[in-house]
This record gives sequence, structure tokens and C-alpha cells, in this order.
Amino acid sequence: MATVTSNPSVAAPAAKLPHGSVIMRIEPPRGLFNLHLGELWAYRELLYFFVWRDVKVRYKQTVIGVLWVVLQPLLTMGVFTLFFGRLAKLPSNGLPYPVFYFAALVPWAYFSTALQNCTSVVVDNQRVITKVYFPRLVLPISAVVSGLVDFAIGFAVLLVVTTIYGIKPTLAVLWLPVLLLLAVLTALGVGLWMSALNALYRDVRYVVPFLVQFWMFASPVVYPSSLVPQRWRWLYGLNPMAGVIDGFRWALTGHGVAPGPLMLASASAVMVVLLGGLFFFQRMEGTVADRV
Amino acid sequence: MPCPFGFSRCGQRSMSTVVIHGEGLGKRYHRGALQQSTLLRDQLSRMLKSPLSVFRRPKDETFWALEDVSLEVREGEVLGLIGRNGAGKTTLLKILSRITKPTTGWAEIHGRVGSLLEVGTGFHGELSGRENTFLSGAILGMSKREINRKFDEIVAFAELEKFIDTPVKHYSSGMYVRLAFAVAAHLEPEILLVDEVLAVGDINFQKKCLGKMGDVARAGRTVVLVSHQLNQIRRLCHRVIWIEAASVRQDGSPEAVVNAYEAAMSKSEGAPVGSRTGDHARGHFTGWEIISPENTSPHSLDIIGPVTVRFMLKLLEPIKHGIHGITLYNAERQLLWGWAAFELDLELGVHDLVYHFPMLPLKPGIYTWMVSFWDREELIDMGDLAPEFHVVTQSFQHPRDEWSGLLNLPSEFTVRPSSAAYSSRPSR
Repeated sequence: MATVTSNPSVAAPAAKLPHGSVIMRIEPPRGLFNLHLGELWAYRELLYFFVWRDVKVRYKQTVIGVLWVVLQPLLTMGVFTLFFGRLAKLPSNGLPYPVFYFAALVPWAYFSTALQNCTSVVVDNQRVITKVYFPRLVLPISAVVSGLVDFAIGFAVLLVVTTIYGIKPTLAVLWLPVLLLLAVLTALGVGLWMSALNALYRDVRYVVPFLVQFWMFASPVVYPSSLVPQRWRWLYGLNPMAGVIDGFRWALTGHGVAPGPLMLASASAVMVVLLGGLFFFQRMEGTVADRV
Repeated sequence: MPCPFGFSRCGQRSMSTVVIHGEGLGKRYHRGALQQSTLLRDQLSRMLKSPLSVFRRPKDETFWALEDVSLEVREGEVLGLIGRNGAGKTTLLKILSRITKPTTGWAEIHGRVGSLLEVGTGFHGELSGRENTFLSGAILGMSKREINRKFDEIVAFAELEKFIDTPVKHYSSGMYVRLAFAVAAHLEPEILLVDEVLAVGDINFQKKCLGKMGDVARAGRTVVLVSHQLNQIRRLCHRVIWIEAASVRQDGSPEAVVNAYEAAMSKSEGAPVGSRTGDHARGHFTGWEIISPENTSPHSLDIIGPVTVRFMLKLLEPIKHGIHGITLYNAERQLLWGWAAFELDLELGVHDLVYHFPMLPLKPGIYTWMVSFWDREELIDMGDLAPEFHVVTQSFQHPRDEWSGLLNLPSEFTVRPSSAAYSSRPSR
């Protein structure tokens, strides 16, 4: 009788038989909404390896490696401070410009990179997709997770910047994991739509940078959300990244807008986008190997 | 009969449990969808040009890459899939490995499945050999612990101990293939689906891999193997399915199915093989055939001998000092035999150059005749003759490729008590 000779954690168990064998049923795609989350869990090691590959390759290909992750938001912060702060004299909630911009740029840089990587992840991995099976959902998840390494580095620099300006963190920092999770889920939710669309239409990846740019100006990255007129606030609140960025500034400095009831609205919006994205991605999953 | 080589094909095994069961499997592709642009821009411009076309389905030509295929594979069985390119073999393999979903039918698979559809799945050029071993192993379905355990063995198998920390982009193609295959060869799924991956690498490494695959089969693992190397199929498989035009054409023993397939191939092929050179205005070879024994196909042979073959040479002018050369190559283009005749005085017209071989001990496979004709130093015609020469005889060789050799020599083998007549000759 068949025995599972090695660690079955990366196998594809649908159901275990008493004698240890694994049964799997192959059928035409069905309209039912079934995410096979158990299977996804069984493939968590593969998720780890995809993230590990992304991180390794990213730091190997650039000469200055990790330094680049630090430099990029620092340089952007410099440009924003000079043009939006000193020249355009946009308000900053009474915060020093570098802190004001850097606190927004760290979560925003994570979000925009994660979204863009997520968009192209299916097409980038088409050789693997057409040659071996694994739950395709592993790919977009790996794309948003691997961005967290850059985020961690950026966040460390952010702590250095706030310390230099003598800003002491308060208990409000406990909000940061929640805010980060919201950013991750937003990137994943939108990214799922974009990666599935990109598998169908290759030019979607050219559209996404514009979307990201537009989204940045629709979020309080270069300006405080207090500039938005009161009667449009509710609409603004539906943008989850607005809550994330305001929340980051507030949690780190105590200045600006604390997460309020609008966060609940944007969190609900994210869940809708995410569930829709999962559904759309799963619809495409069964035939993606025929398309890419 | 116990197998002298320990190879599973010789042994009796209980193949009771069905581990792969497919019923009415079919896969339909939209030819239109494949040709249609995958750019949103083109779709949008189509919509703008004729807004109504959005509601009309584009001319949707569909074709079935696989149609109503049912199969059962038992535990420990090595099943070969053969057929022309595009017949549907790979589609079937992709459905069984869950890379793509079937349009119709269903299949049930009992056990861990590993698929090897390509050498080097998941390899990344920037990463070192060590890193790629882990990455590719994980993508192919191994756990981290499993790869850790087998790592030294994999590196030794690939013979890459010195270069394991070099990025694979600096590897030669041979090194790359060796590492990629070493990773794949150490997969230990219960069911292994393999597509033509052995068609790469140098001959020696191929043999090593075949040996490793023999081990896999011996270990009682179930294997489904797609290959165009019919000898490999003959050696490794217990059963062969021939897929033709998206459906099963024949399902049976390797000998029966492969021979039938080869016979069908040699009948349908008419295109010239290889290139021909020479001054064809003076003469050329028009073809070749087996005169005796008489077969359904004059280009396939099912006995060791005697065999009579003729080569038709058409001369457009008389040649006084003709030289004729002949060589026989196997599918790997190894020269098996060569011969030449000198000082031939031939008239204008068609000549039969007839060879009678009391015995032609070739192992089953595809061979090519190369013939030449010269007028002293001047070449008149030289090149491969079409069609190829298909040998479908019984095999009298070692069941493992690396020990089978080139010649298919029938021998009678007996073991008997050593008699006085042999051991002690009367010494006078």
C-alpha cells in the first residue's frame, strides 16, 4: 500500500484515507466559491520559498542592495520636503516636514510596490505556472508579503528620523500592526483583481502605475487630510490608504487624525474588494495555465 | 521467473489498487481566444469600432485537444504515453497534474503527485546552485526538511560539489541540466508524471537519469511517462497508451502498441530526411526498400534476419569509375556500420543496389541509411534516405538502457551442471 514517504505538508491533501494515502479529485472548473484554504495552508512552505526568492533576488540584483531600500524613501522625502513643504508651503499638522512625509511614505511605498508586484506576479511566473501545480493564490500572497521586508527596513529608518526630531512614541503605536494589516489587505485585494486582469490583458500592468499615482494624490501623502472639505470626508474615508496613512502619522507622533469610525467604513470596503478579488482570481485560476 | 537485474518489468508484482482513475476526460481550447489579442487596448478599440460586437461572441472556433479519454493506472505501474506532437499527450499530463482543469470528465488520484514537465522548473539565474536546489525542490513539491536531508545526495548526483555556490547563470547548459535533473530525480512522490524531460543533456547523464528512473519504477512508484524515445518507452513501461488526434488509439503491452505506432508512422511519412548534396543532374538515389522479408511496410523490419534491402539509383549518364558508399546510423546519430564498393561500371538508367544481410542484429528503434555515389572524386549524390528505417524486432538485450548496448544479438542461454567433458579434458 502506498505510504507517504516524506513530510506531507507540501503535498496536496484533499482528504486523508485511513491508510495514509491522499485522494484528489480533478474536475472541470465550477462556479462555486471555494477557496481551498486548507490546501493553501498545506502549501505555506512554498509561500515561504517564493518570498525568500523575491527578497534574495531583489537584493542580489542591485549593487547597493539594502541601501537602496533606505535611500529611495529618503530621497523622495527630501524632494517632497523641498517642493511640497518649503515651496508650496502645504500644511503639515505642525509636524516637521521630514517626519510628516516620511511617516506617510513608508506605508505608501510598501503599498505601491506590493500592488505593482502583485499585478505582474502571475505573468512573471508563467513558466512555473504552466509546468507545475500549486494553489495559484500563493503567488499574489507572496508578492504582498515579500514587500514587508522592505517595509521593515523603511520603518526602522522612520524610527530613527522621529527620534532625531525628538518625537517620543506613545501607546498609540499599538495601532500600527492593525494599520499595516489594512495596507496589506488593500494591496492584496486590489492586487488580486489586477493580477487576474493582467493574465487576461497584458497591458494592465501599464495602467497600474497611473492608478498608483492617482491613488497617491487621493491619499494624504503630500498633504494632511485636514485639507479635504468636510462634506467630502465620508467619500475620502472609503479610501483605506487614507486611514492607513493618517493612522501612521498619528500613531507615531500623536499629531493629526486618529483612526475613527471612518476606518470601519474603509475596512469594510477593503473586505468587499478582497472577497471580490479572491472570487475573480479563483475563477481565472483553473485556466490560467492555458492563458499565460 | 525471477528477474536477474532486479528490474520491475521482469518481476511479478501485484498491481491491484487503481491509483489514477480518469473518466471521459476532455479539454477544449478556444482557437479564437488563443489568436485574439491579449491586450486590453485592442479589445477596447474593437468595442469602439463596433459597439454591438461586445454582445456577439467572437467567431469562436473551438477544438478538442483531448476528447473522452478514460484511463486507469494501477499502483506501481509505469505507463507510457506515445503519439505525434499535438496529439494530446501533454494535455492529458497537464490535467492529471492539475496544471489545467479538464473541460469534461473527471479523474481521481490516490497519492502524492509530482510532475516533471520541464527540467529546471523554478530555477532563477541570479540564485546559486544551492539556493536553486531548495527553490526548485519546493516548487516541485518537496518540503524543506526533505531537501535538507537529500541535499548532499543531490549535489553529488549532479557532480557539482565545487560550483554549488555559484549563481546558475554562470553554469554551462550541461551543468544547469545536471543540477535541475538531480533535483527532480530526488522527488519521491507516490505518483510521478514525466514529460519528455530526458531529451536533454549528454548521453552519459541521460543514462544515469534513466537508471535513476528505473530505480523509481522498481521502488513501486507509479509513473506516467510521455516520450518520443520509443526505446525508452519499451524499456521502462509496463503498459503503453497511444494517443492519436485527442483520443486513445491503442492501449496495451509496450511491444504491441509501440510496434503498431512505428508501423503507422513509417507508412505515413514520405518527406525526405536530412539534406542531400551532389551533382544531381548526373544521377541520384530515388529511394530504398526491404525486398525480403515482405512486410506491411517496406521500411520496417520485424526479424533479425535474413534481410534483403535494395537502394534505387537513377543515373542520367553512364559512369565508368563509380564509387558507392553506405552507412547506417541510429537515432542518436551514432555510426553503426559503413561499407563501400569501388570501380563500378554502370550504364545510364535505374539500378538496384542490393544488399543481402544474413543477420541484421539491430535493437528496436529508428535508423537512417546514408548512401553516396561518386564518379571517382566527384560527388554525384550523398545524403540520408527517406523514409527512416524502423526496426520493430523483439529485443534480446538487457532491460536497462545503460547495459543494453548497440547490438541486438539473440543468444541461447543455459545453465547446467559442469560435466566432466567440460571441466577435465582427457589429457593424453
